[in-house]
Amino acid sequence: MFTSADLTAFFLTLQLAFITTLILLILGTPLAWYLAHSRWRYKFLLEALIALPLVLPPTVLGFYLLLLLGNNGPLGYMTASLGAEPLAFSFSGLVIGSVFYSIPFVVQPLQDAFNNIGQRPMEVAATLGASPFDRFITIALPLARQGFLTAIVLGFAHTLGEFGVVLMIGGNIPGETKVLSIAIYEHVEALEYTNAHLLSASLILMSFLMLIAVYAINGRFRAVRL
Amino acid sequence: MRIKARFQIARSEVLNFNFDISAEGITAIFGVSGCGKTSLLRVIAGLELHTNSTLQVGDEIWQDENVFLAPHQRSIGYVFQEASLFDHLCVKDNIEYGFKRASADSRNISVEHVVSLLELQSLLNKKPAFLSGGERQRVAIARALAANPRLLLMDEPLSSLDQARKAELLPYIETINKEMNIPILYVSHSNEEIGRLADQLIFIEDAVVKASGAISELLTRSDLSLAHRRQAESLIFAKAEKYDEDFQLNYLSSEVGTFLVPGKKLPPSKELRLRLVAQDISITLEEQINTSILNIFPAVIDELFVESKAQLTVRLSINKLPVLARITMKSAENLKLEKGKNVFAQIKSVAVLA
Repeated sequence: MFTSADLTAFFLTLQLAFITTLILLILGTPLAWYLAHSRWRYKFLLEALIALPLVLPPTVLGFYLLLLLGNNGPLGYMTASLGAEPLAFSFSGLVIGSVFYSIPFVVQPLQDAFNNIGQRPMEVAATLGASPFDRFITIALPLARQGFLTAIVLGFAHTLGEFGVVLMIGGNIPGETKVLSIAIYEHVEALEYTNAHLLSASLILMSFLMLIAVYAINGRFRAVRL
Repeated sequence: MRIKARFQIARSEVLNFNFDISAEGITAIFGVSGCGKTSLLRVIAGLELHTNSTLQVGDEIWQDENVFLAPHQRSIGYVFQEASLFDHLCVKDNIEYGFKRASADSRNISVEHVVSLLELQSLLNKKPAFLSGGERQRVAIARALAANPRLLLMDEPLSSLDQARKAELLPYIETINKEMNIPILYVSHSNEEIGRLADQLIFIEDAVVKASGAISELLTRSDLSLAHRRQAESLIFAKAEKYDEDFQLNYLSSEVGTFLVPGKKLPPSKELRLRLVAQDISITLEEQINTSILNIFPAVIDELFVESKAQLTVRLSINKLPVLARITMKSAENLKLEKGKNVFAQIKSVAVLA
């Protein structure tokens, strides 16, 4: 069965995926709203930037994040001078990395959902006396609920499977940065195939179930595009 | 309620829409497709912002150099071409959306009232996806009304419906106009709808508001293209007086006189509108006695305007009401028609719009 170290890695991974998804929803919703409604000419630059994690090897992302968050990097220097814990090789650093790593998986479904609503329902709500915030809450959010569900599931599932970024900026600290994918890698290195099987199979099962939910609800899977 | 507007709408050409009307009943914004009718309605609602524009509605300034009220700050109801219902809300919640957001002291119309007016009782718990096109548009109208607006804006609300649904929905709009004291601005390019519904016109042509005022006056004004159309027409308000069962003939009283119109019995309570097509009216100098034409009225020639070498339009004054007749130049010369001359108008056919 699962070793206690495996269980720790398991729950750490869930925790990471949960926090990352939450942060991405908070940051991604206004960003997606902006992208869906902005008429800025160079909006495509921002869209391309957000899609980058889809094509980059995670190690590349991890490498630059390491430089950014490390003690000699600007962010690392800042946190150090504030007397805070260094970000590299910490859970917080992992969260930051995951947010970058999974951003397209949350922002793109939301942007699509907001686009699909169109201007009309918002205009109708405005003529019925709803302020911009009111109509965002009472019209846009409920109409975009499928997009939110897709964003949550994809953001969560994608973070679950992260490896390269963690390897670069997280390392392998039990209970702090040792997530499932790292634990599996370690088991394989140590030729503990049974443990590797258990963890891998549970990851497959979990991801599969979540994707089934998305497919079943959205009918077609068009959430992420490149 | 007085509406004073000066709009400069920048499109491929600049539209200058200036008018000052006393909006009561239904005021139709009329013009060909693409003339800017919808844009006009959108700037009145505040959905589009154009500078160098002012709008005063009643005693409130909605827009000038310093003020621009956002749509949600304007007391309006807006019915779009497509019903545009909120798909995630049931019919009842759709209708209540605006009502809940109306200030308590402006709530003169209850949700129950609009529901019964538009006969939506059986649909209240349904989601919009399960409604027919006509039902959806009725819900949209109810939703706009329930917001208790001071001004109701309707953008071709029937144009997305087929002929049968249109005929079904028109009476509802007439009822709203009769039962509620809300001025309606009604965008349309349909002669039929305008003739049936409008009390006043805002007539748009060549990127400007050419004229605004009572519909029967605008239809017969020689300086507007409306009177020069091939289908030029006059509008007369009438009431069913009595019905002759033997001949199936309606006697309709109007300020022009009594019209005899064959057909099914018309309801006596209703205000009827009679459309007189200019081409169906001929002029005689003496009253014809041995004729098949039933509707003959004494008239005075008010104005003659030439349409072509062959035709001219005569504006007749029958009991001070303007009625157009389209005749040939040859007949005008034969009869020596001129302004002020007493003649008889023979009206060959009358269309009852109802």
